[in-house]
Amino acid sequence: MATRLQFENNCEVGVFSKLTNKYCLVAIGGSESFYSVFESELAGVIPVVKTSIAGTRIVGRMCAGNKNGLLLPHTTTDQELQHIRNCLPDEVVVQRVEERLSALGNCVACNDHVALTHPDLDRETEELIADVLGVEVFRQTIAGNILVGSYCVFSNRGGLVHPHTSIEDLDELSTLLQVPLVAGTVNRGSEVIAGGMTVNDWTAFCGSDTTATELSVIESVFKLREAQPTAIVDEMRRSLIDTYV
Amino acid sequence: MYNLVQHSQDYIRRSPFHTCFSIHYLPIIKPSSLHRLLRFLSPILLPSPFHKTLTLVSAMALNPSDQASTGMFFPTQTPGTVLCCTCGVVMAPNPANMCVKCLRSRVDITEGLPRQAVVNFCPDCSSYLQPPNKWLRFNLDSQELLHFLVKRLHTRFSRLVTLTHAEFMFTEPHSKRIKIRLRVRREVMNGAILEQPHIVEFVVHDKLCLSCSRLQANPDQWVAAVQLRQHVPHRRTFLFLEQLILRHGAATRAVRIADAPHGLDFFFASRSHAIRFVDFVNSVAPVQYRTDKQLVSHDPKSNVYNYKHTFSVEISPICREDLICLPPKVAHSLGNLGPLVICTKVSNSIVLMDPFTLRVAYLNATQYWSDPFRPLLSSRQLVEYSILDIEPESDIVTVGGSRYQLAYVQVARMSDFSNVFTVKTHLGHLLNVGDNALGYDLFGANPNDMEMDKYKGLVLPDCVLMKKSYEEVRARRSGKQRNFKLKRLDIEVEPTGGRKGEDDKRNDEYQKFIEDLEENPELRFNISLYKNDNYEPSEMGTSMADAEEIPSVPVEELVADLEGLDIGDGQDQE
Repeated sequence: MATRLQFENNCEVGVFSKLTNKYCLVAIGGSESFYSVFESELAGVIPVVKTSIAGTRIVGRMCAGNKNGLLLPHTTTDQELQHIRNCLPDEVVVQRVEERLSALGNCVACNDHVALTHPDLDRETEELIADVLGVEVFRQTIAGNILVGSYCVFSNRGGLVHPHTSIEDLDELSTLLQVPLVAGTVNRGSEVIAGGMTVNDWTAFCGSDTTATELSVIESVFKLREAQPTAIVDEMRRSLIDTYV
Repeated sequence: MYNLVQHSQDYIRRSPFHTCFSIHYLPIIKPSSLHRLLRFLSPILLPSPFHKTLTLVSAMALNPSDQASTGMFFPTQTPGTVLCCTCGVVMAPNPANMCVKCLRSRVDITEGLPRQAVVNFCPDCSSYLQPPNKWLRFNLDSQELLHFLVKRLHTRFSRLVTLTHAEFMFTEPHSKRIKIRLRVRREVMNGAILEQPHIVEFVVHDKLCLSCSRLQANPDQWVAAVQLRQHVPHRRTFLFLEQLILRHGAATRAVRIADAPHGLDFFFASRSHAIRFVDFVNSVAPVQYRTDKQLVSHDPKSNVYNYKHTFSVEISPICREDLICLPPKVAHSLGNLGPLVICTKVSNSIVLMDPFTLRVAYLNATQYWSDPFRPLLSSRQLVEYSILDIEPESDIVTVGGSRYQLAYVQVARMSDFSNVFTVKTHLGHLLNVGDNALGYDLFGANPNDMEMDKYKGLVLPDCVLMKKSYEEVRARRSGKQRNFKLKRLDIEVEPTGGRKGEDDKRNDEYQKFIEDLEENPELRFNISLYKNDNYEPSEMGTSMADAEEIPSVPVEELVADLEGLDIGDGQDQE
């Protein structure tokens, strides 16, 4: 189910938050409204961590992670690193990366199985990603843009890419990632997909400028409509109950 | 999929947190999308040097034809489709990622553009006002009018939109409305360029321009007048001047042209026009002039004085074919030119020639007017002679642009064959025995010149021949049309009342002037002769074969008269 929200009147939600299947990182805003939306959606399910990275609020773009691990840039302070390690569950490996390209969120787009990286990423970083996140790493570009982490967003069930991606590229990416992909926009025609939204397997958060069309595209490609709690219960009921007396 | 041609990692360390590196990339990286990214990320990742490299590279991107020649394999890229973010219709991606209809409904680029404007029009001279006070003549539905109207609007919308196309829409000619359709273009959100038609309606207000209102108030009003005078009994000069003025269009600005005794009056609406005309006359005739002004009105508050200016221009009385006895001072100053000279040509200087020595002298206007003299005999007093015998003395020489030959001739007056004179003449190359010539009869004349008395022991020749006579031949040809015609100026003639003889005299002079034109090619030099459509050359063949050809104007010199043509404006322009 997709939710529309704003961070301090800015619709670029994916910049200020990072959502995975196991945890959620949120920037510290002036008011608590941003955090409270995440809380209301994810409260009991996964921990929602308020943090900053390298003293900045653009946590979504600075780090890259999935359910297995979280990679932070070398500019992260020790306090922040400790705080994140404390808040996150123990299965999640938190690692600081010595990498020239310090905005890891822009350079790496990943789900739980596959990652796409900036073509110029160091070899050591690539190995680290494969290690910590437990994914297969591919160096790619999206519609001619090298910042793959900004222009595409994918979860384990689907993905959304830059609208100018050609059909051949879409096919190629789709085979690499093994998920259905669609080219679309977010936040009323913005091409920077990952900046405008953040998603995991059952929920998505988009900027409040997102139109109904875009929202419906997002919900259909990430398969968010089926992930209603009631739908899960109905399935379970059918398998649990044999006959009605 | 990534078409990396060259991958160089030479980066310059500027500070611990800023690195810059250069990438050579194909295909084109869209600067607009990258700029949006840079807004968020620039302090960390991509400082401005990278900016510059990237924009430079995008200019270097190869187009498909060049791509093939480098030998690399580039897979075909078919553009995908995307849903319009507002209405969900399938469309090709564009910078705004909205379909055209949604964009247009959301953004109206013609907002703030003027839809109505006012233009002032003078119904008398059909010209349009360009503020503050310039009136320009245009035809309705012409390209210049379109250009003018668009320029009037231009200042108000140039900062908002760019103009692609403009055309007229149909309006009734007397509806006092002019509609134009413009296509304007503007960049909206994220670099998408939208083009939209926009209609502007001009309301035409009638307003008399300043010159037309002055004309309405008093049609005869003039500010400057030029009074052209020549104190000679004939009007040949003015006929010739009239043709010159027509050819050069010197009197187009004249409000009125009037006849006056011994000359013409030209009236102008401004002093500068009058001065221009006076300068023109100064360049074609030896004149002296003086100017005066008369106060008409005076505005004491703003110290504006309105005058009427008059220019009194006097043309020298020396004309072509005049016989002149030079005053001693002038003769000495010209190098003792024999006191009897003839005037061969008058332009802005007078050309004097001694017919017996073939010496030529030039007098310009200032020289003449510092010591003015009058002619002894003028062309009215020419008498017809018959050539009895001719004996050339020297070869044909070219003097002052014309050919002459000294010869001794025996002549007798046509009216009186009893007296035979032997004289020297300069027309040896033209005359044959039995011809008729026109000349001045000094034998029978009674000169009354004070200058001649100053010469002691001056021997006058009996006769001075001036030109060959074509009278006989002309008489045979009388009534036949000429192959050219002349235009006339629109001169107001004073009602003469009792002087009936004037009209006949004028007609005679005009005929003589036309014959003069036929005989002298150098006179025709500055004049436009128009083809006479009524002329039938076949008639000439039926007349008896003339022993000598009548001088006529060759067809190459004639100009087609364009006044009869009706050149209309292109009516298909809407």
